[in-house]
Amino acid sequence: MNEVREIAVLVLILIGALLCLTAAIGLLRFRDVPTRLHAATKPQVLGLLLICVAIALALESWAVTAFLVPIMLIQLATAPLSAHMVGRQAYRNGTIDERSLVVDELADDKRTPPAAGG
Amino acid sequence: MTVLLGVVYAVFAVSALMTVWRIIVGPSILDRAVASDVLLTLIMCVLGAEMAINHHTRTLPLLLIVAAVGVFGSISIARFVARRDGVTR
Repeated sequence: MNEVREIAVLVLILIGALLCLTAAIGLLRFRDVPTRLHAATKPQVLGLLLICVAIALALESWAVTAFLVPIMLIQLATAPLSAHMVGRQAYRNGTIDERSLVVDELADDKRTPPAAGG
Repeated sequence: MTVLLGVVYAVFAVSALMTVWRIIVGPSILDRAVASDVLLTLIMCVLGAEMAINHHTRTLPLLLIVAAVGVFGSISIARFVARRDGVTR
């Protein structure tokens, strides 16, 4: 039973590490900031969640699990915050490949002033 | 068991090297902000994996503090970066 648990912990850590690897590959291969951001946010939530599950499984104590819950909640709350700020600044900054966009609703917003209700 | 550990170490090392390469190459400051965010997440994952592998809880508070404070780096970069930083694509 103990052996099975150790293997499960290592497999969870391996999946988390592979998510980190996909983020790194995405950072290298993609062209502009929003696509790189898309790759970068994968390990921030799912990878860390898997590692936290691995810690809880390996240490099997309720105190550690209770400590891991706020870590995960804080990460869930702050990861979209920074992604939103960086993505918005990338749009305004022009570091975005505009030909690759399908819909550009922010450009419509620029033409209609916000007070016009459009 | 040992093979699996080696694979985990290798995957973490390769992804960290690729992320550092993106921080070095650039091309804009926002790319570097995204890459350093990924590097910080990678450090959190490595700390957590090390705790799970070696069965100790010493770096658990560090994990909490990094999760709480790490977001301010990329937010402040995104907030104070110039409207156009002269990037040629």
